[in-house]
Amino acid sequence: MAEEKKHPLIVSVSPHVKGEETINRIMWSVNLALFPAFIMSIYYFGPKALFVTGLCIVTAVLSEYVFQKGLKKKITINDGSAFLTGLLLGMNLPPSLPFYIPVVGSFVAIIITKQLFGGLGYNIFNPALIGRAFLLISWPKAMTVWSEPTALFVGLDAKTTATPLGILKEEGLGKLIEVFGDKMNLYTQLLMGNRAGSLGETSVIALLIGAAFLLYKRYVTWHIPFSFLATVGVLAWAFGGDNGLFTGDPIIHLLSGGLILGAFFMATDYVTCTSVRKGQIIFGAGCGAITMLIRLKGGYPEGVMFAILLMNCFAPLIDRNIKTNQFGAIKPVR
Amino acid sequence: MIKAATFKRGVHPEYQKELTSDKPITISSLPSKVVIPLSQHTGAPAKLEANIGDEVKKGQLIGSSTGFVSATVHASISGKVVAIADFPHPSGRMIPSIVIEGDGKDECVSLKENTDYMNLSVDEIRAIIKDAGIVGLGGAAFPTSVKLSPPKEKSIDTVILNGAECEPYLTADHRLMVERPQEIVEGLKIIMKTLGVNRGYIGIEENKPDAIEAMKKAVSSEESIEVCALEVKYPQGAEKMLIKAIKGREVPSKGLPMDVGVVVQNVGTALAIYEAVRFGKPLIERVLTVTGKGVREPRNMMVRIGTLISELAAQCGGFVDGAVKVIVGGPMMGFAQWSLDVPVVKGTSGILVFTEDEYVSSEEYFACIRCGSCIDVCPMGLNPSMLSILSEKGRYEEAKEYNLFDCFECGSCAYVCPSSRPIVQFIRLAKSLVKP
Repeated sequence: MAEEKKHPLIVSVSPHVKGEETINRIMWSVNLALFPAFIMSIYYFGPKALFVTGLCIVTAVLSEYVFQKGLKKKITINDGSAFLTGLLLGMNLPPSLPFYIPVVGSFVAIIITKQLFGGLGYNIFNPALIGRAFLLISWPKAMTVWSEPTALFVGLDAKTTATPLGILKEEGLGKLIEVFGDKMNLYTQLLMGNRAGSLGETSVIALLIGAAFLLYKRYVTWHIPFSFLATVGVLAWAFGGDNGLFTGDPIIHLLSGGLILGAFFMATDYVTCTSVRKGQIIFGAGCGAITMLIRLKGGYPEGVMFAILLMNCFAPLIDRNIKTNQFGAIKPVR
Repeated sequence: MIKAATFKRGVHPEYQKELTSDKPITISSLPSKVVIPLSQHTGAPAKLEANIGDEVKKGQLIGSSTGFVSATVHASISGKVVAIADFPHPSGRMIPSIVIEGDGKDECVSLKENTDYMNLSVDEIRAIIKDAGIVGLGGAAFPTSVKLSPPKEKSIDTVILNGAECEPYLTADHRLMVERPQEIVEGLKIIMKTLGVNRGYIGIEENKPDAIEAMKKAVSSEESIEVCALEVKYPQGAEKMLIKAIKGREVPSKGLPMDVGVVVQNVGTALAIYEAVRFGKPLIERVLTVTGKGVREPRNMMVRIGTLISELAAQCGGFVDGAVKVIVGGPMMGFAQWSLDVPVVKGTSGILVFTEDEYVSSEEYFACIRCGSCIDVCPMGLNPSMLSILSEKGRYEEAKEYNLFDCFECGSCAYVCPSSRPIVQFIRLAKSLVKP
C-alpha cells in the first residue's frame, strides 16, 4: 500500500496497551497525601515550618538537577520523587534550625543516598531518613531542641520543651499525663498534633487523612502500616507498663513520635521496602519491634527512623526468601 | 445475584469492544490471491502436497500432517499454485508458504457429509477433525485432535468452551455466540462425546449479555451443559484461569488442563469441529475482528485463511490518516506487523489498527521501583518485578527459581508497570536463553 510507504508501521512488543499509572502520578499523589499534615505543621509551628520544609524541598530538587545535569543524565526532577524526599525530610525535622542544617540534610538524602546508588529505584535506604540520621549525628543538640506548638502566628518565640516520648522516657507516664491535664486530653492533643515534635509528625489526624487517600488509591496497601502499628501496639501494651507485663498504654505509643508518619509514608517507600506482600508483613513487624526496642530500652526516646533504616537492610533478603503465591504450586508429597 | 466466577488478580484494561460488538459477521469478498503458510499451528509444520502450476480446488489438501502434534492445511480458494516460498507470517518470521492465485470460480472439492454425525465412532470423529486441519482458534493454534486424544492415564471429566474473549477490542467469538449458538453447542456435544465426558460448560464474560442469553437458550434442553457468566477481567480467557473460575481447579505448574481432568476449546473451534464432522468442511476460513480507531469501518468478518491483511484493510474502508500500528491478535498478546502483506492464519482472531492516540510508546522505560503492582496482578502468582530485574542483569538461570516458565506472557505486569518496563520481553529473553 502506498500509505504504508509514507508512514512506516511501528513495531513493538506486546502488550500494546498500557494502564495509566506512572511514577510521576504516584509520587505526586504521595506529595498530595502529605499536604494536610504539612498545613497542620504550619498551623502549629508557624512560618518556621514553611521555611524549613521549603528549604529541604528546594535543596533536594536542585541537588538532583545539578547532579544529573553535571553527569549528563536524564533530568528526572519532574517525577516528584526529589520533591517528596525534600518534603519528607522537612517534616521529620524540628521547627527551629539554622538554614544550613536542612540544606545539608537534603544534599545527603539526594546525592549520597539516592543518586550515588544509581537514582530512583536503586537506592538501598530511604533517602529522607538517611538525611535525617546524618543530621542527628552531626548536630545532636540542634536536632533535639523542640518548640512548643503555638496556634498560627501567635507568639513567634515559642518556648522549647520536650516531646511526649521524651517526657515518657525521662520522667514517666505520670508526668506526661500531668503536663496534658488528664489522659483523655493527652490522647486528643496527640491526635490533633498539638504537641512538640518534628514538623510533620505531630498531627496524627492530618496524616491519617493522607494515608486514607493512599490506601484508597492503592498506592499503599495495609500490609506494612498495619503490621508496623500492630507490633508497636502489642509490644507497648506488653512491655511498656511500669507495673509488669501487659500494663502498658499502647495508645500513647501509637499516637506519639514519628510512628504514623513513618508507618504510612516512609516504611512504605517502594524502593526501600519489600515488594512481596507477605514479606511486607515481616518488614512492618520488624520495624515495629525495633521501634519499641529503642523506645523502651534504647538511648533515644524515639526509634522509628532507625527501625525503618535497619529494616531497609533486610528488605532484599526478605524479597529473596518470601515467595509469591504461585498458581498451581505443586505441594510437596508427604 | 451470584457473583460471577473468576480467578485471583488480573487487570481491567479498556475494552473498546463497542467498536464492533453490534456488527454482524459479514462474509469477506473472495480474495484474488491467498498465501497459506505450512505452519499455522503449534507443532511440526505440514508437509508440502502441491507443486507450482497445480490447479487446486477449495478444500483441497495442500499440506499434510507430519506427526501427532501437527495439522493439515487446505486450499481456501480455487485457482492455481503460483509460488511456494518463504513469506512473512504474522508471528514476524518467514515461513514456507503456498501462494494460490484465484480463478474466481470458488470451486470446492466434494465434501463428505454426515447427517447422523452423533453416531460416528470416536475414532472416526478424531480422524475427521485431524484431516480437517482444525487447531485452536483462540490464538495458540494447538492441534485440536491432540487435545481430543488424551493419554489413557488422564481421566477427563469436564469440557469447557472458552467464550471469555478477554482480549480488549476483539468481538469475533462474541458475534459467533450471538449468531450461531446452536452449531457451537453441537460442536461441544461432539467434543464431549469424543472424550466420553458428560459435563460441559460454556464460559462467557459478563460484558456479553446477548451472547450469554443466546447460549443459554441454545443449551436449554441440554442437561449436561451449563453456561457460566464470568467476571470481566483480563486474562479470564487463559485456559488455566478459566478452569480455576469455572471448576475451582488449579492446573499444576508446568502441567496441562488434562492433569485436572479438563479439556478447554474455544467457541470458534467448536463451530469448526461441528462443520467438519457434519459437513466434512476443512478449516479454510474463520471469523475475525478488524478494528481499532485506525480503520475506517471496523467489523467482524468471515475470512478465508491466507487472505492478506492489505486486502482486508481495503474492504474495511482503508486506514485513517495517522494509523501507525497494525497488530495481529489482541492488544495484550498480539503481534505488531511491519508489513501488510501477511496472511490471515488459522490462529488470527483479530486485526487491530491503532492511531497515534491509541499507540503507547514503549521506547523509554525506567528502573523498577519495586512498587509490587505487577505482583498484585500476575494471574500466575509470579514475581514479574524480580524476573525482569534478573533478566535485565543477565541472571537468567536464577530466574528459574522464581518459576520463570510458569509465565504465559499475558502482559498484565507490563500493562500496570508505572516504570513502563517491557517486563514480558525481559521474561521472553530469559526463557529463550535457559532450558526449562
